[in-house]
Amino acid sequence: MAIPLSYSWRNLLTRRVTTVLTAGGMALVVFVFTATLMLAEGLRQTLVSTGSPDNVVVLRKSSETEVQSTLDRQVSNIAATQPELATDSQGRTMAAREVVVLFVLPKRTGEKSNVVIRGVGETSLELRPQVRLIEGRMPAPGSTEIMVGQSVLTKFAGVGLGQTMRFGQRLWTVVGVFDAGRTGFSSEIWGDAEQLMQAFRRQAFSVVVAKLRDPDGFEPYKARIEGDPRLQAEVKRERQYYEDQSKALSRFLKVLGVSLTGIFSVGAMLGASITMYSSVATRTAEIGTLRALGFRRRDILLAFLAEALLLGALGGAAGVAASSLLGFLTFSTTNFQTFSELAFGFTLTGEIAATSVGFALFMGVVGGFLPALRASRLVIVEALRSG
Amino acid sequence: MSSGPLIEIRRLYKSYTRGGQAIPVLTDVSFEIGRGEFLALMGPSGSGKSTLLNCLAGIDRVDSGEIVVNGQDITLLDETDLARWRSRSVGFIFQFYNLIPVLTALENVELPLLLTGLTRRERREHAAAALAAVGLSDRSDHYPAQLSGGQQQRVAIARAVVTDPDILVADEPTGDLDRTSAEEILTLMNRLNQELEKTIIMVTHDPRAAQEAHVLRHLDKGELSRAADTPGR
Amino acid sequence: MLLIRLAVKNAFRHRLRSVLTILGVAVAILAFGLLRTVVDAWYSGVEASAADRLVTRNAISLTFSLPLAYREKIRAVPGVTEVSQGNWFGGIYVDEKNFFANFAYDIPSLLAIYPEISVKDKDQLSSLLRDRKGALVGEKLAKRFGWKVGDQVTLRGTIFIGDWDFTIRALYKATRAGIDESQFFFHWTYLDETLRATMPTRAGQVGFYMVGIDDPSRSADISRAIDAQFANSLAETLTETEKAFQMGFVSMSSAIILAIKLVSFVVVLIILAVSANTMAMSARERSGEYAVLKTLGFGSSTLALLIAGEALALSVTGACLGLALVLPCAKAVGSFMTDFFPVFLVSDQTITLSLAAGVAVGLLSAAYPALYAARVGIAQALRKVG
Repeated sequence: MAIPLSYSWRNLLTRRVTTVLTAGGMALVVFVFTATLMLAEGLRQTLVSTGSPDNVVVLRKSSETEVQSTLDRQVSNIAATQPELATDSQGRTMAAREVVVLFVLPKRTGEKSNVVIRGVGETSLELRPQVRLIEGRMPAPGSTEIMVGQSVLTKFAGVGLGQTMRFGQRLWTVVGVFDAGRTGFSSEIWGDAEQLMQAFRRQAFSVVVAKLRDPDGFEPYKARIEGDPRLQAEVKRERQYYEDQSKALSRFLKVLGVSLTGIFSVGAMLGASITMYSSVATRTAEIGTLRALGFRRRDILLAFLAEALLLGALGGAAGVAASSLLGFLTFSTTNFQTFSELAFGFTLTGEIAATSVGFALFMGVVGGFLPALRASRLVIVEALRSG
Repeated sequence: MSSGPLIEIRRLYKSYTRGGQAIPVLTDVSFEIGRGEFLALMGPSGSGKSTLLNCLAGIDRVDSGEIVVNGQDITLLDETDLARWRSRSVGFIFQFYNLIPVLTALENVELPLLLTGLTRRERREHAAAALAAVGLSDRSDHYPAQLSGGQQQRVAIARAVVTDPDILVADEPTGDLDRTSAEEILTLMNRLNQELEKTIIMVTHDPRAAQEAHVLRHLDKGELSRAADTPGR
Repeated sequence: MLLIRLAVKNAFRHRLRSVLTILGVAVAILAFGLLRTVVDAWYSGVEASAADRLVTRNAISLTFSLPLAYREKIRAVPGVTEVSQGNWFGGIYVDEKNFFANFAYDIPSLLAIYPEISVKDKDQLSSLLRDRKGALVGEKLAKRFGWKVGDQVTLRGTIFIGDWDFTIRALYKATRAGIDESQFFFHWTYLDETLRATMPTRAGQVGFYMVGIDDPSRSADISRAIDAQFANSLAETLTETEKAFQMGFVSMSSAIILAIKLVSFVVVLIILAVSANTMAMSARERSGEYAVLKTLGFGSSTLALLIAGEALALSVTGACLGLALVLPCAKAVGSFMTDFFPVFLVSDQTITLSLAAGVAVGLLSAAYPALYAARVGIAQALRKVG
């Protein structure tokens, strides 16, 4: 039976200031660590839930984003009428030819940013069950009416219900606000595809989005469309498409977060070492006594490691608790790949919490190991004399 | 119980190196300690009496020689076995009590029992009994800082006897106490010797403490100069 | 001064603890310096822009183009000295990982507007201007891929589909620090003539115009004059200073930049906690000595100075060590992240801020122990010694 945990715990309690400062330092590191993981996860979840599993996106070959893609009317008609595609209750093929353009809008902060305007067709809404109208009404087909996503409404100026915008030599009225939950659509403005194409002098659509009759239809559909040399088109599952969109940004967030916390954790581990060394120094006689009583070196090592682990656990718990508050915030930035504004949240998952606490424990162990080793290596007689 | 001495010390040598120079502390020390003996080791500072005590208690190593306890030469044990031997056979009483400040009186007494196979409940019972034996049942939830010096030393004695070891070693047990407390402690030790038949080895400067012992040995310059039976009280 | 000596001696009394604290401060200051440099790197485009240049682009967004015919109209606006048309090409060299900026530009006018881009070798310059497929490449970029003048390079177009072959004809160097030396320029006419043959609808379209002006103080007037020409046309323009244009890119990432700025202060907080802990422990251990000094007649303020001196000795040593590491580390990070941040330089402001952070950490971490020492009762503290 080893030295009980309560011994380590009470030693932390007796030196309150030191414990709070050391655990506080670790908590800050964990906070940054958790926040970046939460952000990367929030981004991933946003983009994954933007795509539906049985939707496909058809783009022009080797264009990486919707904005870069152009599909002329003939190509998009072929892509939108294939046997693998589902039909709705009225017998229409579940396929939408959409035009996607970037448009500069002023933010509420006064800065400017690119917003996606999506020109949609009749079936677009059916294809995106995530999109729900929450205020006003749907834009009338063939009109210069538009509706805005909720994130656009909160981040940008002059896009409220009833307000008008001028672009493409026309006046556009906001008649509706839609909520698409935590998806990329919340950061978009939707209008009538044909009207927008005229306004922006575009002859071609950007993409065709379609729903498959069943998921197995993907391969034959892809093979037929991509195999047709006249089309010069590329087919992706919608979910895959949106996941690819977030790769660069989420890699950037992760690399930044992990390398930052890597450096920061060195500071926190040094802090833990300082604390534990001092803990060993002030308790030298105590260690000698324990050894004299018959506790082995290993027991001493474990007792001090336990103390360092508890410090780490305190820091980890505090850091994760603090970062969980970030869940109430949304983060909005330009996605490098699509060049357009995207809002996403901080998402805390069990896995992230566990990783973060694990990271804190790791810092505790690394910081506490050498001091604990020193404690276990003390010579009993000399340790007793130091009392 | 086997007859003959409990501890046999044969040709013990021990020196320290300080500043690159070897300073002999114990030189060819040999003697025996009988079962149930209450031995007082006296001598001037630096005479090596604490070193001798530490070697007997298995917390310091000798350079050469044998320390045979119950037929077993403890100088041959490795670190782990020596720790196990200490936990079973030796109880420690220190000058500055060396209680663990963050543990209560009861928990301090219970501490050595963690090294035995007892259940939590048995440990609590044993510890409570030991604390009762030193007359401190009503202080079991107190922390060391809340106890007087004499009370702390009694807790330390309870901790020393709770595992029921054969040998008690005490290094200046009264050195930090006032006269009344010192007498209480010595009486207690004497009771342990008489009633529980503990073999006690005590290093002391205090002639009154030495009087309490049955056997008195003087150590000077690393050599056991005289062995004498004290008359007792 | 005896007191200063005492403060410094105290700082290094626990050698291990002092070394660990100094290392901690050094690591934190290093992180702080690197983070500030990352933020600066984001603004490098803004820093590099000149006051006598404007950018004219489609008012809708950068993804929309402008007709080539605008070039002469812009040129005719009073105050405009030179106009150069350009397109973001977005080509990929072998693999997406090898990212660098590549543009189709009207090169003679580009060089006229950008005196910072200097081609030293006049022979290279004339062969560049002669070769329709010639490319002008920054020295840093050439070094990165081991390119030499005369090499053939193929870029895969993402906006303009197809494989595009170029011959590197000239290398440029920046005439002042902070200018990106890893860009790739080629003749706009090469792009346009090729498109005319393959995708005629996309020919004659310009991504943006770079406009040189004679009087920077009139930039707002000239911008308005340019935009007024094309108001209510099919392609309305938005003209702004180069600085504002670059700032537009920076502000796209404003949330990330803000986060990095915040985090750079978090690291100072972390190290503040570590350093304050060291000081609190030292003060507690030395309360007896403080009591002795008080007995001798030293006041609380002297003790506070003593403690602050000790804390400063540790944190400033750490900060200097960290700063000494910032420069080589920035160099290493810069070459590692060259596709993200082509310009990665430690500014003087970063160095000043880092030092200030070190001093702040020292002073703040001394606050609690100084208070403790001031409050400590002589008798009580002396008892602790015994």
